[in-house]
Amino acid sequence: MSEGVSSNTPLLEVRGLTKSFAGIRALDGVDLTLRAGEIHALLGENGAGKSTLIKTITGVLRRDAGTVSLDGSPIAPHSAEEAATAGIATVYQEVSLLPNLSVAQNLFLGRQPTRFGFVREGETRRRARLLLRDFGLDIDVTAPLDSYSVAVRHLTAIARAVDMSARVLILDEPTASLDANEVEILFTVMRKLAARGIGIVFVTHFLDQVYAVTDRITVLRNGRLVDERLTAELPRMDLVRMMLGRELVEATATHREAVSPTAMSEPYAVFENFGKSGYVAPFDLTVRGGEVVGLAGLLGSGRTETTRLVFGVEKADQGTVTIAGKPASISSPSEAVGHGLGYCPEERKTEGIVADLTVRENIVLALQARRGVMRPLSRREQDEIANKFIRLLDIRPPDPERPIGLLSGGNQQKALLARWLATEPRLLILDEPTRGIDVGAHAEIIRLIRQLCADGMALLVVSSELEEIVAYADRVIVLRDRAHVACLEGDAVNEPTILAAIAADTPQAA
Amino acid sequence: MALRLPRSGVPQVLAFLAILAVNWMVSAQFFDIRFQDGRLFGSLIDVFNRGAPVALLAIGMVLVIATRGIDLSVGAVMAICGAIAATLADTQPLPVVIAAALGAGLLCGLWNGLLVAVLGIQPIIATLILMVAGRGIAQLITEGRIVTFTSPDLAWFGGGSVLGVPAPVAITFTVLVLTILLVRRTALGLMIEATGGNARASALAGVGTRVMTMAVYVWCGFCSALAGIVAAADILGADANNSGLWLELDAILAVVIGGTSLFGGRFSVVLAVLGALIIQAMNTGILLSGYPPEFNLVVKAVVVLVVLLMQSPRFSGLAILLSGARK
Repeated sequence: MSEGVSSNTPLLEVRGLTKSFAGIRALDGVDLTLRAGEIHALLGENGAGKSTLIKTITGVLRRDAGTVSLDGSPIAPHSAEEAATAGIATVYQEVSLLPNLSVAQNLFLGRQPTRFGFVREGETRRRARLLLRDFGLDIDVTAPLDSYSVAVRHLTAIARAVDMSARVLILDEPTASLDANEVEILFTVMRKLAARGIGIVFVTHFLDQVYAVTDRITVLRNGRLVDERLTAELPRMDLVRMMLGRELVEATATHREAVSPTAMSEPYAVFENFGKSGYVAPFDLTVRGGEVVGLAGLLGSGRTETTRLVFGVEKADQGTVTIAGKPASISSPSEAVGHGLGYCPEERKTEGIVADLTVRENIVLALQARRGVMRPLSRREQDEIANKFIRLLDIRPPDPERPIGLLSGGNQQKALLARWLATEPRLLILDEPTRGIDVGAHAEIIRLIRQLCADGMALLVVSSELEEIVAYADRVIVLRDRAHVACLEGDAVNEPTILAAIAADTPQAA
Repeated sequence: MALRLPRSGVPQVLAFLAILAVNWMVSAQFFDIRFQDGRLFGSLIDVFNRGAPVALLAIGMVLVIATRGIDLSVGAVMAICGAIAATLADTQPLPVVIAAALGAGLLCGLWNGLLVAVLGIQPIIATLILMVAGRGIAQLITEGRIVTFTSPDLAWFGGGSVLGVPAPVAITFTVLVLTILLVRRTALGLMIEATGGNARASALAGVGTRVMTMAVYVWCGFCSALAGIVAAADILGADANNSGLWLELDAILAVVIGGTSLFGGRFSVVLAVLGALIIQAMNTGILLSGYPPEFNLVVKAVVVLVVLLMQSPRFSGLAILLSGARK
């Protein structure tokens, strides 16, 4: 991007922004300077204050102190709508449009072209097509929004925001659920917008993307501004150090040493010819104590589906299960829990946490469910368990009585891990355990996976990050089109081999 | 959904005391309590006594609402069970009468639970079925007449007393204590709150969410049956058309006044009962004041609004802001 389009007056200038929640400083005198035509990464670990900063700028939250200026004149919006009118639009990770309305209706909702008070549908459609073509999107604008991929929904939201005369565009983790192709499309649009002089604040957890698309980086840590740098002049290691405030242990660098995996212990769970028609093709799966089995494949290849069958969320319609040498049936999660299984689903918010309940209650939930309602854990036992895991996993803030919904994503994930560790499972299933959490927690969770495995637990882990799978898996099962297509062991567990197995047509490595 | 602050019950207690104070102003004898024929009498006692059926309904309803459900059929179930009790009262021994009525209530609850938990029908629709059909069933039982009875055994449930305390109050108190023991001394309370807070997550954590859902509707049916018996015993008869009519709304109101969100999750049984008492105290107050009972509904609405405002995070934020500005 052209550097320094207008060096005198920044487009958006935030100075000394401060915000406290119940006495705790979430933002402490934060500055942010966004120049016209710039893509500006806003980075930080979970809980660093990125979301709070965005919400305070856009008026969703009231600021305690500090100023926000747009084009040199101070603004103080009271709501996201007011901010949008002033020219600051925000597109969140979960797109807040109406999925059952058409793309065109979504684009012009609340500002449809009218004649004599009647909405001109044809005109709306024409303008929508024009607008989207500008974004390199040639789609049927009359189809409902939810018939399109997340990427299209994001672009629609961005197009709407830009068309409503936004000059500052804030993108809060827009890439979290996009595949590589879709990310590229989004980046092209972002570059095009920046060239038009729009300033873009880009929040992401992916460092690659930061270097691919941004001009400048602002790093926050614990609610404070760490520094603002030019992307091109900031080495990656320095950036990570700024975000973490400490040296990152390179946890993901090497494959764990191959401990002759197959022969060492009795298989804990054996699934034979296990499957469900129209869901996952029948597969054989053996998991041993002290072993990490990775599930790799593209999105929608059947990884998550496999874990859901194994945990009894979906009922298999064929195949057999043997747990610890005995035939077993797993047709519901509670049965699975009874067999010593645990499951951290990918969708943390909708399938993991019970947001209203406290961290303590969330942690003891699975253990209590397994004991049954008639054998309640006493309050003291609950406190002990909760505090033990809060300490062990460094859950922050270390307050067992805080509603879990108020914790950051990484800490919610740790609490969910604690929920299962409290049941002392023999086989723990983790579906994308590091999705959407920051670098620090990421490394901690990988360390934890290795630790648990060393303690003799069996783990079945789904991950989109090959690097990560290679780092901890003893064996990797590769899926394609809802079927298990390869099982890699020993030296075959490396990125090129896995990639080759994921890509169709190649002769399968084994 | 916004996260709610832990409930303290302070707004409810203040509201109840305020209404009692108003009642005392309109009727100086409000707090007078007499002991007569081995039983306590007085306006205050009346609040508890008259409030008993709605309180019983609220005890069942609060658990249903905690699972993010709702039970519109409680009034109709009252009518069915009252009709059964009244019809059998003069021909059958008391245990049979009570067992039949309570059994019917449990069956009704089971029906609702099946529709909601097993067939996955939305609670408001599922229980609407029995709300409509139930009153018809009750009329079939009474053959369209108002059935009266003379059995003193059954009449005790309305007019009797335990150590001077009116029987309806004693029954409600017993059910309240029983329910609290049941949900807080076992893990039921946590499981219900988890189910209501996030049913999918709870099921994945191994919680038997279907069983929980079934259980709360069954318990709600049981509580409704007791309320029906009390109501029938009170008037020595069963009126299938009017017994429990619209009381489901009072019960829901009581739960909401008690601070339990219709979105499920956190609940308080005690505060739901307090909510029922708040409603009854208003009813009694208006009767005492001599205003026509029509005012009752309007005043009720205003009080509900006030209590809800006091619980709203936005409103308390505003209040904090105002008190800060005054300093």
